[in-house]
Amino acid sequence: MASRDDIKFLSNPKIGQKRDKYCRFRKFGIKYIDYKDADFLTQFVNEQGKILPRRITGNSLKYQRKVATAVKRARHLALMPYVTDLLK
Amino acid sequence: MKNYEVTFIVDPVLSREEIEATAQTYVDHLKNEGCQIVHVDEMGLRQLAYPINRRTSGIYYCIEFEAPNGELIDVMELALRRDERIMRFLTAALDKYGVKYNADKRAGKIGKVKKKAKKSDDRKDSRRDNRKKDEKRKPAPKKEEAAAKSEEEE
Repeated sequence: MASRDDIKFLSNPKIGQKRDKYCRFRKFGIKYIDYKDADFLTQFVNEQGKILPRRITGNSLKYQRKVATAVKRARHLALMPYVTDLLK
Repeated sequence: MKNYEVTFIVDPVLSREEIEATAQTYVDHLKNEGCQIVHVDEMGLRQLAYPINRRTSGIYYCIEFEAPNGELIDVMELALRRDERIMRFLTAALDKYGVKYNADKRAGKIGKVKKKAKKSDDRKDSRRDNRKKDEKRKPAPKKEEAAAKSEEEE
């Protein structure tokens, strides 16, 4: 019988570890999010061009709202796609 | 006085003079309305993320201005909507941080704002470098082994 100690390393032990999330806007003191900077905004969307949730990006609510607005503006101006595959 | 920013996409089929004239029309229009033009940024020809009016590219212009009242925005937007040379436009009110950001951007201090993007890149690069080093380290002993083997064979 495999004891609990034996089966411990069958999976990656680092998978369960929690990495501390933080709001990059608060941390680096960024107050304004430019909707014309599409390269920067691609960090906040997934491969299909959907806006990533706060639980993944770690943004604070205030800046998540600003990111969402900026992404939507960028989409309107065709700087970012509304729907796509393989954006990254 | 409030700061605004209007970004619009001009049809790329037009000649250079026509495109410049189009942008100039709106600059003049705003000036006539009593606006203070802060900056006119020609972002140039860009590929569109999706086709608009069967065009896949467009010339982006961005005019930042200070308006005495908000009513003239409606007039300007109506003109933009009626203009066939304009494919898309977006007017956005700027808060004090937006004004500062644009000023910094013009002064070339954008690195300050993009810091985190660069940092993340650096981190990635450093990781990649580490990997490369590891790769380099690994094959090296093999060569030595091979050399040792060849020596043994000799």
